[in-house]
Amino acid sequence: MTKNQESGMTKMKPWISLGGIGVLAVLLLAVAPLVLSDHWLNNLGKYSCWAIAAVGIGLAWGRGGMLVMGQGVFFALGAYSMAMHLTLETAGDRVPGFMVLYDPLAPLPMFWEPFRSTGFTLLAIVLLPVVVAGALGYALFKRRVKGAYFAILTQALAVALATLISSTIRETGGDTGLSDFKYFFGFVLNDPANRLMVYLIAAGLLIVCLLAVWQFYRSRFGELLVATRDAEERVRFLGYDPANVKLVAFVVSALMASIGGAMFVPIVGIITPAEIGAAASILMIAGVALGGRASLFGPALGAMAVGWGQSSLGSTWPDGWPYVLGLLFIVVILFLPYGLSSLPARFAALRRRPPKEQPAPAPAPAELEEVHS
Amino acid sequence: MTGASLVVTDLRVEFSGFVAVGGVSFDAHPGEVRFLIGPNGAGKTTCIDAITGLTKATGSARHGDQELLGRPVHKIVRLGVGRTFQTASVFDELTVLQNLDIAAGRHRSSFSLLRARRGVDPSIEHALEETGLTGELTTPAGILSHGQKQWLEIAMLLVQDAKVLLLDEPVAGMSQDERTATGELLQRIAAKRIVLVVEHDMDFMRRFATRVTVLHQGQVLSQGTVAEVQADPKVQEVYLGTAGAATTAAMAVVLEKEG
Repeated sequence: MTKNQESGMTKMKPWISLGGIGVLAVLLLAVAPLVLSDHWLNNLGKYSCWAIAAVGIGLAWGRGGMLVMGQGVFFALGAYSMAMHLTLETAGDRVPGFMVLYDPLAPLPMFWEPFRSTGFTLLAIVLLPVVVAGALGYALFKRRVKGAYFAILTQALAVALATLISSTIRETGGDTGLSDFKYFFGFVLNDPANRLMVYLIAAGLLIVCLLAVWQFYRSRFGELLVATRDAEERVRFLGYDPANVKLVAFVVSALMASIGGAMFVPIVGIITPAEIGAAASILMIAGVALGGRASLFGPALGAMAVGWGQSSLGSTWPDGWPYVLGLLFIVVILFLPYGLSSLPARFAALRRRPPKEQPAPAPAPAELEEVHS
Repeated sequence: MTGASLVVTDLRVEFSGFVAVGGVSFDAHPGEVRFLIGPNGAGKTTCIDAITGLTKATGSARHGDQELLGRPVHKIVRLGVGRTFQTASVFDELTVLQNLDIAAGRHRSSFSLLRARRGVDPSIEHALEETGLTGELTTPAGILSHGQKQWLEIAMLLVQDAKVLLLDEPVAGMSQDERTATGELLQRIAAKRIVLVVEHDMDFMRRFATRVTVLHQGQVLSQGTVAEVQADPKVQEVYLGTAGAATTAAMAVVLEKEG
């Protein structure tokens, strides 16, 4: 009897999560544009971009156990692809303004040329992260690089890319970044209606990414990914190559970071190395850890919360904000290693535990629910 | 005799100069429960590690006409060689069904991985019945008892459709009843498969072994049926003379029963 009930419950769970995505979709796509001012709607769009990257981090880190500390790299691939296209669109036939600053006769660098094309730009946003993460992941996972080494390596790449962009001011805009975009694929960016459209695209993409990981998590691949995270050797002894399993999750997370980066550009209006470097990459991780890295909604909501904290508290109390974030981070890691989203499961486990029973098996259900939620 | 045999010839494993296994040869056939015994450090587990690709080795380990040595771990598994570990290593956070489903997955295409599971594979139901875990389908593997975890591991090998089962101390830490159940399970599944058991427990070996290979300091000391091996003076010397007190006591019990 209980067995049937339980299997009924586990069958129900994914559909409850799907309902949650539906509620979030209504909130983001219908309610938010009605109740929020243009300023806050734009901010929500910005948080949505971070949330898209965070959903990918949840997949790679939360479910796959790969601490991706350099998602800024893939965020940059999407962001700079988009920014180069928008810069060229704004400049029209001329060479972008910042290049002429240093040398009035400067030619357009070779690698900029293809970004005039809309198709190439969209393709680059999707394919660049797939190719880069694919090659990087293949090299690392086949050599069984993992844990702290993997984390440090990805982090170092983010630092390297930010430094490279900073030092090539004539080609990439350097520390000042790329900004002053007037058009978005032909739409005037100043127009509030178009800004609403850009917001809706970003929020819509967030919903799509959540649906993608929802399917990943309920699929056999999702189970295999968790198994690989928890006992890589064991998975190998079942006839799988864990490197391939991790590679898929890593590439998908890179793709999501790139999409987030690409939408970040028209919404925020500027992209600089500071948005993709080590600090930015860690901020993305922080949101995921706060929200709950292994849960479906935790990473996205956590990233949005950190983004909101940064633009509210971070602007009114800029000196204190990093300390608040740091303190929050410490408290969550100490007391809620599975993030804020594990709170309901924790309470449920506490309530379910009959009084004065042996406490031994109690933690297990809480963690397990974490995996399925 | 149905199906291919496992033939190990002159297997050698060295760890930076130290010879852990020095030229071991034995074979195992479907239909028998083959035991690999020996004192601590005899090289039993190292033999299994070598056959499954975990440790580099020279010599030969063939299943039918397939050479196993020199292949990566997951390729050896795909040739039908499965193993368990001394400490049960199941996926604690996944349910019994999910554990078995992953084990059954190597026959699936990559794209079917992206779909959710619908229903329970017949092979999984069969393995659950065989190992007596049917009632635990939705139990998280982490809260199974120690014995049940070992059975789950064996069930995973069954759904994996392993032709060669290498079991590393499957009854360690089990109660007497669990040992008996495990031994009977091994005899049942050995009918169509090669079952090779590494064991410390002499009593268990005596009750369920068809044939035994005794290893000592990386060499084959003796081979044969339980009675033959126990009658071998070399074996008695190793167990009673040089080995640790625990094994001596265990062997003494065995000899007494024989007596």
